[in-house]
Parts: sequence; structure tokens; C-alpha cells
Amino acid sequence: MSFFARFAQNRGALVGLIILLLIIAMAILAPLLFPESPWRMVQRPFLPPLSQDGFPLGTDTMGRNVASGLMHGAWVSLLIGLVSTSVALLIGVPLGAIAGYYGGIIDDVLMRFTEFFQTIPNFALAIVLVAIMQPSITSIVLAIAIVSWPPVARLVRAEFMSLRNREYVEAARLVGQSNTTIILRQILPNTLSPIIVLASLMVATAILLESALSFLGLGDPNVMSWGYMIGAARTVIRQAWWLSFFPGVAILLTVLALNLVGEGLDDALNPKLSRER
Amino acid sequence: MPITENQSADTVLSIRDLNISLPKGADRALAVEDVSYEVKRGEIMCVVGESGSGKSMAANAVMGLLPKGVNATHGEILFEGQDLLALSEKQHRALRGLKIGMIFQEPMTALNPLMRVGAQIAEVFEAHGQFTPKERQARALELLIEVGIPQPEKAIRAYPFELSGGQRQRVMIAMALALEPILLIADEPTTALDVTTQAQILELIRDLQQRRGMSVMFITHDFGVVAEIANRVCVMRHGKIVELGDVKPVLENPQDAYTQALIAAIPSNAVPPHRETSQVAPLLEIKQLNKIFRSRGGFLKPSREVRALEDVSLTLARGETVGIVGESGSGKSTLGRCVVRLEHPDSGELLLDGVNLSQLKGDALRRERHRVQMIFQDPYASLNPRTKVGMAIAQGPIANGTPKAAALKQAGELLDMVGLGASAVERFPHEFSGGQRQRIGIARALALNPELIVADEAVSALDVSIQAQVLELLEELKQRLSLSLLFITHDLRVAAHICDRIVVMQHGRIVEQGSAEQIFLAPKEAYTQDLLKAIPGREAPVAATA
Repeated sequence: MSFFARFAQNRGALVGLIILLLIIAMAILAPLLFPESPWRMVQRPFLPPLSQDGFPLGTDTMGRNVASGLMHGAWVSLLIGLVSTSVALLIGVPLGAIAGYYGGIIDDVLMRFTEFFQTIPNFALAIVLVAIMQPSITSIVLAIAIVSWPPVARLVRAEFMSLRNREYVEAARLVGQSNTTIILRQILPNTLSPIIVLASLMVATAILLESALSFLGLGDPNVMSWGYMIGAARTVIRQAWWLSFFPGVAILLTVLALNLVGEGLDDALNPKLSRER
Repeated sequence: MPITENQSADTVLSIRDLNISLPKGADRALAVEDVSYEVKRGEIMCVVGESGSGKSMAANAVMGLLPKGVNATHGEILFEGQDLLALSEKQHRALRGLKIGMIFQEPMTALNPLMRVGAQIAEVFEAHGQFTPKERQARALELLIEVGIPQPEKAIRAYPFELSGGQRQRVMIAMALALEPILLIADEPTTALDVTTQAQILELIRDLQQRRGMSVMFITHDFGVVAEIANRVCVMRHGKIVELGDVKPVLENPQDAYTQALIAAIPSNAVPPHRETSQVAPLLEIKQLNKIFRSRGGFLKPSREVRALEDVSLTLARGETVGIVGESGSGKSTLGRCVVRLEHPDSGELLLDGVNLSQLKGDALRRERHRVQMIFQDPYASLNPRTKVGMAIAQGPIANGTPKAAALKQAGELLDMVGLGASAVERFPHEFSGGQRQRIGIARALALNPELIVADEAVSALDVSIQAQVLELLEELKQRLSLSLLFITHDLRVAAHICDRIVVMQHGRIVEQGSAEQIFLAPKEAYTQDLLKAIPGREAPVAATA
């Protein structure tokens, strides 16, 4: 059975994949459907949804098109979520793997380093980093990655600690496999499930973190994002519910889709489940 | 035609035409099929079978503890004239503990680790609303005395982790007996225990049963235990009863082919045959090996030392099988792990063909690794669930420089040799049964052409009939490839079956060593004699194996 066929056996994963593809399509089609900048004020403010042609989701406090913002924002939000998570995994997984596999002093040193990051409140650190580096997509991605890798390292370390004394790992050691091979071929594949689940949640957190940064005016001033839209609409949530509702639904659907896809990936990668179904 | 028996007045529990269905996707539709048997007043009924035979299912139905998706679809279970299958959950709960007590296999997990022993026993009374709290404690103490726990006044205030496995099982028995049930169900209560402890617990159960006139339904996989304790026996296979009757005729003259095979598969009945001990130069020489485990002390906690090996010395000749026998905590596994160098011995020498392995480290050790290989205990944990079987075997040769294609081809040949067929290469471990996985483990150990193989409890996790097959395979491979084996086991019966020489260990020291024959027929040390005496069913009448 091909990998995709195994993946597709999980209904939820398929639904998740479809939602995700729709959001990506939104991001790609945005410049075609709404060639104008989403920042331009095009109508009177506070236009409710479906009240006028060309403004299916209404306008915001400044008279900007919400539908346009939503589609343009999809690109930024997805990019920030996925890239910052990948960077966080690239830092966290190797650190956690080395700490968990070797233990002892190496573990102590790496974990104290990790704790150093964990003792500073996430959000405060992200603000400081973005403020120092100047707000831009790159600095936001980097700041989010830097504040979110410690839990990854901790999780991977714990998994490695419990797996490194399994009999199959000992068997691999006995036949003379090198430590690198054991880490990459024996243990890492067996830690994938929790990593995938954590990663899909981290994408969600990253999107939310970006929105919080935008709310404080630390977003990239050149790009529209869902976070910025929600942030800007918070003050008027009772007068104009649609301003925060639609970007909120978009974030919810994205996060849900990522979780479903993550779960499907996990099932498809797990040889045991894939053949039992 | 299902085997049945006539009901009489002194029947406590009567199971009739019971069918229990398994959820869709299981390996068969019915967990038990047309099962009928009775437990009479004051008798011990043993239900015997291998894993997957459905032997525990009927007991679970009696207790109303069938897992989700598993239902009794047909038949009845009569207990004091009531059909237990028709009871509501609430009625069932009132019955559990009060009229029917149960003991489980794993004494560690069956007790709450955060509750004192006395409180756990008192909880049984509380659940049925009996006595005042003060009386409950007094009763708990009485029960602990009755089940023979040493220092009961102290034990009542102990947490489960402070007790040994046998003591915990005694606590479980005390809890099961608290409300003086008419029927006691014991589900493999001694499987997790050492032989000497097992003998004591069996003795206790028989003793209590006679004193209280209880009926006991005893579920086990071990015919030795059956011979030791049963009045009547019911042999199950694939959810059906294959033989049912009084213990003596069944053991002495089994009618069914499966029962005969099971009894024949017990390695105990054979006194080890005389084997020629070769007088060639030793392959492995262990000299004065020491290993101490130290737990790192905490802030206010002193560090603890456990002497796992103390001055252990022994030799193993080329082509010889040496058995290391001992109970848990005897250091036998540590010895094996030191020999394969998964543990680093503190001092002493491990000479393999004159090369000292004991102090090698890093790359030097990695280069010598292929000379000693290991077969692990747990067939489920010893194979990486995400690695295909062929690759699991081939990764040793690959790590030692064989090209991948050649290594995979060799893996196929090895799988053929251990009786799985070369097609197994492409499959994942979970597609195999426990016995088959152990064959894969053996193939993996052979892949590097080792000079010595250490088998650590290699057959302990397997059913008797599978155990016999794997032992046979090992024996055959040993002849064919002139292997040298260090065979670590807690089971003297298995050791007798396969070993040329036996080394008995206790508390990290060697108590006695000698030829298998010598150890079995003329043990010198008291501890060895105790171990031999504790083997269940040793003096019981057993059928002559054809």
C-alpha cells in the first residue's frame, strides 16, 4: 500500500488535508482575486458582511476589505507557523536527542541551557527579540522559534531516555552500530508520534504568538496577517463581531487541519496500524 | 460434541454452554465456545491453557469484568442459583469481593502504590459497608496474620513497594479473602514469582482453601502447578475445552492429543541426560568478576550500593552450553550483560579466547562486539517496531562493513534456517507471534557468526509448547553450528533440558556449579536443594511421555 493510500484511510486526515489545501489555495489566489493591497481603505468602515457587493465579509474599522485581508493574511500566518516550527524542531530535536541518549554531564549541560530559555517568559522574550531585530517576517519567525524550542527538546529527551534502554536498542549496540546510527535509525523513528503531535500544536501556537506580537504593533508593517486583524478588532468586538470572527475561524480551521494531518501522518508512518486496518 | 458434566448438589459455580464473542477484527469470532464446567464445594478447579486459549475469559465473565467489546452471547453462569450474566452492574458489584474473591497475576500493579497495605484491605470492608473503621483495621491485621506475612504489625503500615513480590501476593490473597467468599478466582497468581516463592504461595492457597472450605478456580498455564494443587482440571485450547476431569487421570493418562503434547512439552519430567563434557581449552574464562550498582545519593539521601556480582569465576568450553540459574536478584542477568558488555564490570577479567573484553571501551569495544551476541528475553521489546525484520537482522553485518544487498540476502538465509522462510524479510515484527519473534531474535544473534551467544531468559516469555520448539531449534543450531551458549534462566526445568553444565547463583555469588546431571541428582548445597524442591509438580504423578 502506498504511503498516501495509508494516509487517506484516516478520514479525518483527509478532511484536514483538504482544509489545508484550501487555505494554501487562498494564499496563492489572493493577489489574483484581490489585486489591491489589503491595507487600502476602500469603503466606509464597519460595513457588515454581505451588505454590499464585493465585500462579502464587510469592512473593518478603517474601511479595509476583510475578505481581502483574510486571503492575503493566510500566506503570512501559514508561513510564520510552519517555518518557525521547523526551525524550533531543528534546534530542539537534536539537542533533546543528544541529551537523552548520552545522559550524564552532557545531559546536565544541555538541560541547564534549555532551562535558561524556559525561565524567561516566552512572550516577553519574543517581544524583546523582535524589538531588537526590528519587526520583519524573518525576525518574527526567528523570535517565535527561539521561544518555542525548549518544550521540543524536553519531550525528545524524555522519549530518548525511555527508549535508549529498550532491548532492541541494546541489540543494535551489541551488533556494533555506532551511536549516530542508533540515534537516527533505532530511536528517532520511534519518537516521531509525539513529535508530530507536538509540532502540529506548535504551528497553532506560533500563529497565535504572531497575532499577539502584531497586536502590540510588533508585526511586520508590510504584510497583513490574521493575528493583526484580530488584534485590531479586539476593541470593537461588541460593535463589529465579524472583524475578529472570520480571522478567528480561519486560525481555528488551520490549527484543526494541521492536527488532523499530523494525526494521519502519524498513523501512516506507524507500520503496525497501517497493516491492521 | 462439547465435553460436559452432570450437575450435583454441591456445585458452587456452574458454567453452561458459554459463548463469549470477541470484537470484529480479532483472530477468531468467539473467545470461548460451548464451554461448560463446574466448580464444586471445597475443590480446586484448575483451568489450564496457553496464551490465547480463552482460559481467563470465563473467569472474567464470572466477575463481570469482561473487556469492552467482548460479550457473553450464549449460555449461563449459575452461582448460588443466580445467573450471573443476567445481573446488573450494581448487583454484580455487590457480589464481587463478598461472595467471589479474585487474585491477579501481577501483585505489583494490582495494589495501589500510594496506599498503605492495611488501608487497602480495609477498603474491601468499606466497599461493602461492613464494620467500623477501627474494626476494619483489626480485621486487616487478622487477615495478614492468617496469610502468613512476617511481622504483620509492621506490614499493615507498609506501602506495597516495601514488600517483596511474594508478600504482595499474600496481601492480595488477604484482600480476596477479607469477606470470606465462597469462591476464590486466582488468575495466574504465581506466574510472576520465583519458584521458591511460588511454592509457598501455592501451599498457602491450598491451606486456606482447606481451612475455610472454599472453592477455588485456579487459572494457570503451567501443568507443574496443576499437578501441585488441583483436584480437577479443565484443559482449554482455542476457546474450547479439550479435556475435563479429575487431576490424576488427566495427568497420568491424558486422552486428548493436545493435552498429551502439553504435558510432554514440560521440560521437568526428564532428568537431564548424561552428556560428555569436552576437555578442550575454554572459550570463555570469567575470573573474579565484580559489579556494584550505586544509586546516586540525593540531598539528604545516602547513596545505595547493590553488589550484583561478587567474585564470580567460571569457564565455558567451545561448543558447550552453560546454564546460569537463580531467582530474581541473584545477579544472573547482570552476569550475562557483563559478558556481552552491556554493563561495564568494576573489576575482574572476561577472557574470550584469550582476549580480555572486560576493560575495552569505545571503538575498540565496538570492533569486538560481533564475537559475543545475545538473545533477549522479551520477544516484543527486542525488535524495533519500525524496522523490517530483514533489516533488523542485516543491520549487524552492515554495521561491520558487509554491503547492504549481501547482508539482506544473508538475513533471508538465516530466517530460513530458523524456520520462518526467507519471505519474512519484508515484514514488520508485529506481524509475528511471540515464538516467531524469538526465532527472529535468534537469527539476529547468528548474523554475525558469533563465537558465543548469551541467551537471557530467552524462552521465559513463551508458552510451553512454543518454548519446547524454540529450545529444540536452539539445540539443533547448536549441533549444526557448534555454538557455545551461556543460557540464563530462572527455570531449572528449562536448564535441565538444554544445558551441559549448570551454575547456580544467589545474591550475586555462585553457590554451586557442576554438570546438569550432578546438580539435579546430587545437589550439594542447601539452596540448590531448595530450588529443586520448589519446582512445581516434581513429585506428582505425570504421564510417561511417549
